[in-house]
Amino acid sequence: MTLKKFTLPDVGEGLTEAEIVSWKVKAGDTVAINDILCEIETAKSLVELPSPYAGTVHELLVTEGVTIDVGTAIISVSEGALDDASPAMPDLAPAVASASPVEQPLYGTLTEDDGGPGSTDPEAPVMNPLVGSGPKADAVKRRPRRNIPSAPTESVAIPAASAMQDTSTDVAPPAAAVPVDLPSPTVPATQGGPAFIAGTISGLVNRVLAKPPVRKIAKDLGIDLADVVATGLRGEVTREDLVSYQSQRDAELDRADGFWGKTGKPQDQRVERIPVKGVRKATAKAMVESSFSAPHVSIFVDVDASRTMEFVKRLKASRDFEGIRVSPLLILSKAVVWAAARNPSVNASWVDTPDGAEIQVKHFMNLGIAAATPRGLMVPNIKNAQDLSLKELALALNDLATTARAGKTPPADMRGGSLTITNIGALGIDTGTPIINPGEVAIVAFGTIKQKPWVLDGEVIPRWITTLGGSFDHRVVDGDLSARFMADVAAILEEPALLLD
Amino acid sequence: MGATHLPSTEFDGNNLDQDYPAEAVAAGTGAAMVQLLDADGKLRVDQQFSRYAERLNPETLRGFYADMAAIRRFDQEATALQRQGQLALWVPMTGQEAAQIGSGRASKPQDYLFPTYREHGVAYTRNVDLAELLRQFRGVSNGGWDPKETNFHLYTLVLAAQTLHAVGYAMGIQRDQEAALEATAASGGEPAEPAAAVIAYFGDGASSEGDVHESMIFASSFSAPVVFFCQNNQWAISVPSSVQSKVPLSQRAAGYGFPGIRVDGNDILAVHAVTEWALDHARNGNGPVLIEAFTYRVGAHTTADDPTKYRESAEEASWRARDPLERLEKYLRAEGLADEDFFEQVAADGADLAAYVRKTAYDLQAPDIRESFANVYAEAHPLVAEELAWFEQYSAGFADEAESEAGR
Repeated sequence: MTLKKFTLPDVGEGLTEAEIVSWKVKAGDTVAINDILCEIETAKSLVELPSPYAGTVHELLVTEGVTIDVGTAIISVSEGALDDASPAMPDLAPAVASASPVEQPLYGTLTEDDGGPGSTDPEAPVMNPLVGSGPKADAVKRRPRRNIPSAPTESVAIPAASAMQDTSTDVAPPAAAVPVDLPSPTVPATQGGPAFIAGTISGLVNRVLAKPPVRKIAKDLGIDLADVVATGLRGEVTREDLVSYQSQRDAELDRADGFWGKTGKPQDQRVERIPVKGVRKATAKAMVESSFSAPHVSIFVDVDASRTMEFVKRLKASRDFEGIRVSPLLILSKAVVWAAARNPSVNASWVDTPDGAEIQVKHFMNLGIAAATPRGLMVPNIKNAQDLSLKELALALNDLATTARAGKTPPADMRGGSLTITNIGALGIDTGTPIINPGEVAIVAFGTIKQKPWVLDGEVIPRWITTLGGSFDHRVVDGDLSARFMADVAAILEEPALLLD
Repeated sequence: MGATHLPSTEFDGNNLDQDYPAEAVAAGTGAAMVQLLDADGKLRVDQQFSRYAERLNPETLRGFYADMAAIRRFDQEATALQRQGQLALWVPMTGQEAAQIGSGRASKPQDYLFPTYREHGVAYTRNVDLAELLRQFRGVSNGGWDPKETNFHLYTLVLAAQTLHAVGYAMGIQRDQEAALEATAASGGEPAEPAAAVIAYFGDGASSEGDVHESMIFASSFSAPVVFFCQNNQWAISVPSSVQSKVPLSQRAAGYGFPGIRVDGNDILAVHAVTEWALDHARNGNGPVLIEAFTYRVGAHTTADDPTKYRESAEEASWRARDPLERLEKYLRAEGLADEDFFEQVAADGADLAAYVRKTAYDLQAPDIRESFANVYAEAHPLVAEELAWFEQYSAGFADEAESEAGR
């Protein structure tokens, strides 16, 4: 008598999971080879599974109605007679993988075993759509790489490096030759923590991916591939990306005159048709998704930002901040970080999981700044903004703006944001109702700051006034909380000295 | 201006538009169909082909039945093996036994047959080891058998590509035979090897591929000794054959200038007779023939397909009533050509075959990946060696199954 386990096979081509619809046998039943054991439903069809064993059903390992991965053991059969035709089946993990939902407060402390800020990798479990585009993590399961990144790195990077180096250096030590300066890693270096996930081969080579014909076209058109938003499956720049980049560039060039079509021409010849692709498409998709999935509530508050203006002026004059661009946005950013710590659930995500939705409160601030760039609207974020001093934050904002304006924001910078600021004031606008960046629950719109009549102690005097607008996902943030958050932000703008507490 | 209608063209109102109602094409009534044994197992008379059936002795008829029963049993076993995770994919042929066994048995050893990927029955008639045939579907081989031993070519997964190969091969045979004839005439010696022909198998779906068109043109232009054997099993995955062709497929041959015959593909006597005739026609230098075996794929297109999503079960039931095995069984019993013992023996043989196939399938070994590298060039090549070394290092970089389980 041997106990055999039957694991769920891939009954289609490349299916990864199936649901057990009904069992046709029960423990204790005698089965022969090819007797029907159960009916499963895959993404493609209902399928009956015949028994590969003859014997007695020992145990049904998966209950009806449960969806399981291919390779999961579903039934064990004790074989009565010897049957040398059967293969050895490897033992596999227990069937039902549903995590037990633990009752948790809306926000609290993080579990201790998450070492530092680095190990809280927001990207890993949450695969929300993002503004902008870039390489998408695919859902295909892979065997994990061994935790020894050095060997594969060398073997892959050496040919790449030598290809780039011509013949000038004969034998360079691998460490020196390997271009390991990845564009701003999303995951801050952990001290040998297991969370390190080695990238794919392409990730190790610091080079924009594109097929040779695309490179040729880019060269002919004088386009730097690094400037083009990549929408290819593996993060490569496609021909369409180039075309859309080029048409945008052309459009900008000859927008100046001759805009109106000649009257008398048929109307439909005076309609310009612009295919929606690239960043435009990604933005549209993200906005529609956010707008239709998150019930938005927008609130506004007028603020006397005179002291902020004064503070900015002093910072500009300060020797410490020499050469650093300082703007009211810096104070607002600092204020948002400060206010989020006091009202944590604005810095969160609504995540639909197979076991129901959950709210993930983030104990870190990846502060997104919406930026109009040559490639369209982008929302790069400043990782771990909570750890930055005022000066570091100013530098980070400068960096972010410079990179964005050059159209060189790497996709990693746009991932994993936790709360966003949109600086519509820079465009001379008082306020607006911003749409939340998908994956987040709050966004703050910073209106223009200008002198307005303001009543102070019963007298009308000119002050520097701005309007803060905020949109919140009402599934997560209720009115009182959003109001408190906005009031906190406003308080800092009115009195930046509060930051010192 | 002001015209209320477009002027009529010279093509209006003449007889250029032929009427082929789709229903008639689908029902098989659009063209005459050769049938020798009807669905009730009764013999029918056909002017041209009855004499072929009359030549068959009872042993051959019993052999036909045993072959069809064996291949159906094999088909069931392979389907089960796929459902048990032992094969990556299976392409069932149940329902097409008569078309495959009948045509395969009509071929002679010197003929060369080009299958698609569903011709398990033809493979059986060409003595291909059925367990070997599973190698490709288990993913441990790119082929599975030696086509030179069986004159049964490897399965071709690229739809219709084999029709071109077949015509090319037939033209080769033609030239070899011409050369042999000249040599014989010059030397006045022994007659050449027996004349051979080629069969190109394909389906109703493949008939829409350009390859079929090209191959038929070449075959016609050069009178190549090839028989195009189209199993019209009514469904190209989910597309009905009435969409693939507005005329009965057999009638397309007229456009290329060679004979086309529609035969009841569930009638093994008719299939065998028509194929024998067509092969003789080809071997005798009279050029190609198109046979459309009108049959039905009772099961799914492959194990990854679910036919209930695109066709009615009533349709399947109507075809099950025309089952190729049942009608021959009825005939054999009615004529007293086979007794109960015979049918029991066939069932027992089927069980043996299934057990053999099951056991062998489990034992099929995955090949060493290094073989794939070794097969690139005839001799060792530094680039291939370098790539193999890289690949081995890359593979070694993954955690083992056990390791990854433990790491969870």
